[in-house]
Amino acid sequence: MGDFIRRYHLGPLIGFLLLFIILSVVSPQFMTFGNLRNVALQTSVNMLLAVGMTFVILTSGIDLSVGSTLAMTSSVAAGLMVTHVPIWIAVVVALAIGLLAGLFNGIFVAYAGLAPFIVTLGTMTLFRGITEIYTHGTPIFNLPDSFAWLGTAQLAGIPVPVILTVIVLIVAWVILAKSVPGRRIYAVGGNEQVAYLAGVRVKKYLLLVYMVSGFLAAVAGLVLTSRLGSAEPTAGTGYELDAITAVVLGGTSLFGGEGTLVGTIIGAAILGVIDNGLNILNVNSFWQDAVRGAIILVAILLDRKKTTTI
Amino acid sequence: MSVLEMKGISKSFGTVKVLQGVDLRLESGEVLALLGENGAGKSTLMKILTGVYAADDGQIFIDGEPVHIHRIQDSRALGIEIIHQELSLFQNLSIAENFLIGHEEKYRNTFGLVDYKKLHREVADALRRVGLQRPTSTLVGSLGVGEQQLVEISRALQSNVRFLIMDEPTAALTEVETERLFELIRQLRSNGVGIIYISHRMEELYQIADKVEILRDGQFIGTRVMAEAQERELISMMVGRDVDNRYPRVPTTPGETLLEVKGLTTQYVRDINLTVRAGEVVGLGGLMGAGRTEVARALMGIDKVTRGEIVFKGKPRRFTSPREAIREGMVFLTEDRKSEGLILPFSVRENLALSTLDQRKRAGLVNRRLEKVFASDMVKRLRIKVANPEQSVGSLSGGNQQKVVLGKWLAHNPDLLILDEPTRGVDVGAKQEIYQLINEMTASGKAILMISSDLPELLGMCDRVYVMFQGTTQGEVRGSAMNQEDFMTLATGGEL
Repeated sequence: MGDFIRRYHLGPLIGFLLLFIILSVVSPQFMTFGNLRNVALQTSVNMLLAVGMTFVILTSGIDLSVGSTLAMTSSVAAGLMVTHVPIWIAVVVALAIGLLAGLFNGIFVAYAGLAPFIVTLGTMTLFRGITEIYTHGTPIFNLPDSFAWLGTAQLAGIPVPVILTVIVLIVAWVILAKSVPGRRIYAVGGNEQVAYLAGVRVKKYLLLVYMVSGFLAAVAGLVLTSRLGSAEPTAGTGYELDAITAVVLGGTSLFGGEGTLVGTIIGAAILGVIDNGLNILNVNSFWQDAVRGAIILVAILLDRKKTTTI
Repeated sequence: MSVLEMKGISKSFGTVKVLQGVDLRLESGEVLALLGENGAGKSTLMKILTGVYAADDGQIFIDGEPVHIHRIQDSRALGIEIIHQELSLFQNLSIAENFLIGHEEKYRNTFGLVDYKKLHREVADALRRVGLQRPTSTLVGSLGVGEQQLVEISRALQSNVRFLIMDEPTAALTEVETERLFELIRQLRSNGVGIIYISHRMEELYQIADKVEILRDGQFIGTRVMAEAQERELISMMVGRDVDNRYPRVPTTPGETLLEVKGLTTQYVRDINLTVRAGEVVGLGGLMGAGRTEVARALMGIDKVTRGEIVFKGKPRRFTSPREAIREGMVFLTEDRKSEGLILPFSVRENLALSTLDQRKRAGLVNRRLEKVFASDMVKRLRIKVANPEQSVGSLSGGNQQKVVLGKWLAHNPDLLILDEPTRGVDVGAKQEIYQLINEMTASGKAILMISSDLPELLGMCDRVYVMFQGTTQGEVRGSAMNQEDFMTLATGGEL
């Protein structure tokens, strides 16, 4: 039974459904298309970051720099757009910077052999600093109207960021769950030494996962910038922790090699529903963090894998 | 003079009966060998004796009095100590600090702080008793495995030990260290300590054990006086059938030269010369630390080759990663399966498939149907005892885990298979099956380079053996002249 629950992510899923049912009962507002669409829209940025974080955590790494990468790419894109650089070029540059940021992290982790926590703790501050230098610490406004499409438009009643996120989720799921590179990512996280001896190019995959994370941070940055209509140098502060929370809530092991993208999706959805629920229930904002933290702890406790014998 | 008895011990995990009415009797001043294949229930029995598990049924008596052991502390209080196969020392602490953990009360001074003076004095005494000449402030992590074991034993002896359990104590020891350990065991025995000794190495048991008890499939099979027991009888009691030949090597006529190594030198080994021909099983022997594994690592491109020539399949090669070597048909089964052979969170199927993922991919995706067929074929071919290939590999016994690692490499159909300690911690039945696989491979023209510390196995299964001494190939023993004396002469730096 335990195995069954774990294999099909029933722990997080049950928690999610429980939250869903409770909120539907206590608030008639919750179970409406409009509200659920809103939840999906608000979750999309964290969902994108959490997907990248899943890749990294599966290799037993961590990427603390995604929030700063988000701000950096957002600022550069916005900065280019207000100087009348074509939107598509600004977008491509932002995505390229995201990839470079990931490459930078990856080189330190894979080739210098430094601990991912330390490396990305450093780049978290470094990228934030670059953002502040670039923006002189002030937000960038007056973005072209057509750029707003990405964050605010809807196709068939569904927000574009949600559609984009779903596409990213499908691609990432195929890679992690179905592809050969995906299996190798799990192998690297499960035991780097064994993977190397079995002919897996460990360094290449380590580079790759940080680049995925950096790239998706850039995507998230563009979505956020478009939605808000401005780039804030302080954007994304603390987002890395939300992404990590989603991954861990989804049952992925911080030691690597174990976990699934589906788990992460559920984890991010739980966070989204909690935030939404606390808002529609008008929970005092001073209380929100405490309640949120408590729910997270309970969820993780329910899903705990190993009962220690001590 | 006391007697430890376990009577009618039974234990089940879920529906699996691990022990069924097992008896054991140990007197002080004797060494009782506990013999059985992996999964026979030896470890479980010892865990019940030390309070790690509770028995479902049965009782433990000391001197005829029933005793109740529910926790490790209970067994300690009764004078029962265990030395685990995997040592339980803190690598990051000093020898003295390792003695301190768990006995803080004993070394508390009047201010409630640690009385380090007393600690170091007593630890120094304890080390002297086991003949370990190291300062008590030495970091445990900097000691060799044999020395660490002595630390562990001396720690166990600190308490008033009456019964000592040793689980595969010599698995990682050199000959010299093993001899020293045996000396210590004899000394303990004459001091009246009763010792339960678990080992797969039959030769050792004849050297050290007074009696032997055999378990099979969780059942008590019998006890024998060691000196009177025939090896063949013991093995058949263990396996449940007759084993005709412990080393069933079927030699083939060697084909052309597959691997030729001249003057190979790395940071760890120098001037290695050897050849392996198709169809051969070539041994690489020597004492622990002679550089055997390092030769394999150099061949596979793990350690950097600084000088020398490697000709593999007629082409000069210097692989720079295992990936290249594997692609050319040279694979390496590493000695430590937990840290270098298996991905523990993975299933049996995923572990088997790891090195041959590319062979079953379709448009970059894993063809799961093919992979399942592949895995169940491999499970059948190697007779891996597993309910389902989807089972987590960590739940398998040592022998079956080893077969999974072997299966991962056989899947490659390699030309040269380097085996490093292929049967370490593997029971007799599984050993036989691994030997048969070696025969099958050489019969089909493949070659094996085998590293083993088990000398009878090395001489029994190999057609020729290169003997290493201090990082270089000292000589070769071959043919009917292969014997332990010549081997040891070379292994200790002598000439033939």
